[in-house]
Amino acid sequence: MWDRNQMAARAALELQDGWYVNLGIGIPTLVSNYIPKGIEVTLQSENGMLGMGPFPISGQEDPDLINAGKQTITELPQTAYFDSAQSFGMIRGGKIAMAILGAMEVSQEGDLANWMIPGKLVKGMGGAMDLVAGVGRVVVVMDHTSKHGESKLLTACTLPLTGKAVVDRIITNLGVLDVVEGGLKLLELADGVTEAELRAATQAHIVN
Amino acid sequence: MKKIYPTAAAALDGLLKEGMLIAAGGFGLCGIPELLLYAIKEAGTKNLTPASNNAGVDDFGIGILLQSKQVKKMISSYVGENAEFMRQYLSGELELEFNPQGTLAERMRAAGSGIPGFYTKTGVGTVIAEGKEHKDFNGETYILEQGLFADLSIVKAWKADETGNLIFRKTARNFNPPAAMCGKICVAEVEEIVPTGSLDPDHVHLAGIYVHRIVQGQHEKRIEQRTVREA
Repeated sequence: MWDRNQMAARAALELQDGWYVNLGIGIPTLVSNYIPKGIEVTLQSENGMLGMGPFPISGQEDPDLINAGKQTITELPQTAYFDSAQSFGMIRGGKIAMAILGAMEVSQEGDLANWMIPGKLVKGMGGAMDLVAGVGRVVVVMDHTSKHGESKLLTACTLPLTGKAVVDRIITNLGVLDVVEGGLKLLELADGVTEAELRAATQAHIVN
Repeated sequence: MKKIYPTAAAALDGLLKEGMLIAAGGFGLCGIPELLLYAIKEAGTKNLTPASNNAGVDDFGIGILLQSKQVKKMISSYVGENAEFMRQYLSGELELEFNPQGTLAERMRAAGSGIPGFYTKTGVGTVIAEGKEHKDFNGETYILEQGLFADLSIVKAWKADETGNLIFRKTARNFNPPAAMCGKICVAEVEEIVPTGSLDPDHVHLAGIYVHRIVQGQHEKRIEQRTVREA
């Protein structure tokens, strides 16, 4: 099984040289620690920045410089700032090659649910609906099952959707799957995981 | 033409009306019009509908208007940081309209640009699309969203000149330009007012045509998630 960092490292292999990429909150944020050597990617923060740098060292935090998770960050030599309308213009306009996002549920048709649990969680979708509708490719990184051991890869999502048929690839602690015609296709198994174990933990249909 | 006012309260004088829709700039606590929000709290104007990406925290930003029960409805994309908001919403005291973040920004930009509606892919197939017109373009489905026309805009910038040309700083720009554009009247609070002619015209982010009143003041600029790395 992969831990959070191994999942992030696997997700980093999805990056291609020259891409502009948006990383979601949680495990996707860790992806920036594993960008392969020789690959240059520019990270977008949807609150209005391209070229997001690392967290500042203590004492150099700037309240005017935060990421979409409201964390203090730094800028890089290539950084550019813009307003929220332009930021989402480049997202909807297909300029961002890929988004790596967390999820609560993903369906075998690529439906994504990651913003709301009715009656429990009322936080809002933030920029997630715009991202999944607009970017070139959507990769989900999440645990394969819930805390209660239930599959998060489903025939159909039970939670309100963030987007319909938007997910291209899913990276979990058990392996890597693609959304294809008719269901999910198993591409890789995590270290020490058997195909039988992954299938047993998956409610969605896995095509052969 | 005199746009400069001595205090936030003076800059809002005569503008606040019960039940009005106020577009506010800011993302989280970054780049929020904190002085104008305090002045609105002091004025006590009720039944407000703020359109703002977030709702602040309990004791800062729009949160202070929630504490004083001045908010009837929020139009936001994410309100997760505010416990008082959650309490009022779950008890039915507060109405809430979630807009996807990019849709909210574009609704403001569009209204300020004289565009009453636009089609977007965002939200197709979700609850956001329910009840909205759907239309296909080049084989893809889009939904109709409407421009967000505000009664008043309140924004925060870094610098202004005396004519209201604004410059923002880093990610504190965020929703401020679109929010400034969409109101019938816009009040901007800034850290510094510089003499007209001292800003490079090529470096102005928002032209003074959108800004009707300016106030300079001291900003707390609170950090929501202080995150650092080892030196």
